[in-house]
Amino acid sequence: MTDQDIKNMVAQLPCPEFEAPAFTTAKPLNECRVAVVTSAALHHPEDDNFAAQDTSFRILDATRRDVHLGHWSPNFDRSGFAADINVIWPIDRLEELAEQGVIGSVAPRHLAFAGNQDESMTSIRLDSGPQAAKLLLEDEVDVVVLTPV
Amino acid sequence: MICHFPLGRPLGVPNDAEFQTRLLSALFAMLDAQSGPVLETFETRLDDIAEEQLVCTLPPRLDPDEHPAVDEARALKNAYERAVAKHGNRVGVSRELEAADIPEAVQAFVRIEQGTAMDEAGIPGVPMRVAQDIRGYYQTAALELAEHSPGAWAGEDWFYNDTETGRLMLSVRRVLKDAGAPHAAWFFLSPGDR
Repeated sequence: MTDQDIKNMVAQLPCPEFEAPAFTTAKPLNECRVAVVTSAALHHPEDDNFAAQDTSFRILDATRRDVHLGHWSPNFDRSGFAADINVIWPIDRLEELAEQGVIGSVAPRHLAFAGNQDESMTSIRLDSGPQAAKLLLEDEVDVVVLTPV
Repeated sequence: MICHFPLGRPLGVPNDAEFQTRLLSALFAMLDAQSGPVLETFETRLDDIAEEQLVCTLPPRLDPDEHPAVDEARALKNAYERAVAKHGNRVGVSRELEAADIPEAVQAFVRIEQGTAMDEAGIPGVPMRVAQDIRGYYQTAALELAEHSPGAWAGEDWFYNDTETGRLMLSVRRVLKDAGAPHAAWFFLSPGDR
């Protein structure tokens, strides 16, 4: 079916291998500020649409729920996100976990890239990725949940 | 965390807070590792469940003089607007069109099916983005017509199998392919397996 066809195709794509993957131990979760970074090309209505193979990112305001899915690929299910924002951007779940004291807090800004990229991802790795990390550090984010689309 | 979920649903199940929280808890538990990298597979697998049928009652014909797809698109506007009011416009129109533009956009694809060249058909924007707006318009309207969260790909199956406009879009894709149009001009008008 559709999903399996695409998963089979993606499995054939080259994937970068890192000689020394980064690793760090985390501080206690109930002290951590958590952000979501998604590759679903989400954006607020007034933001610029994503261009084809757009390597930049959009900032999602944690106090808002009005987001469009701007992804160019037709090859994934959209109905789940149409029905529930949390299936890609689990912002309500994070707020519940913060209220319960499971996590320390929810970041004020979350980030969205477009997942349909060239194989090298050079611009994201060298430019917009570090720029996004800098923004998250400015917001004192400790943990990022990546939601791929 | 490796999650065997349908593509487009990285948190797994829409409108299931317990499931989503269980996944987030499993992700956060990985932070307890004292050495890494850490690679785990989530305990629950959700396969492509395209066999699930989305049942939507389509409105009756409004104007028999219109092409059925154009008439259908026009008739769905109220359902679309109710769905946007209830759920927000997350996947509906916004890339190239407003909701009021959808029937005209569908008419442009009708012209292609009837033999007009793609660049002369009056598609109001980048064709694949217009096609996504049309698909999103229908899928958003379907939320209101079905009144439940469709299974993965059930919304797509409903659009392409059961609606006049979905069948039109697949027909246009075949027409363009058979006419020797560039791959990019027709391939991205629908999911690749179509």
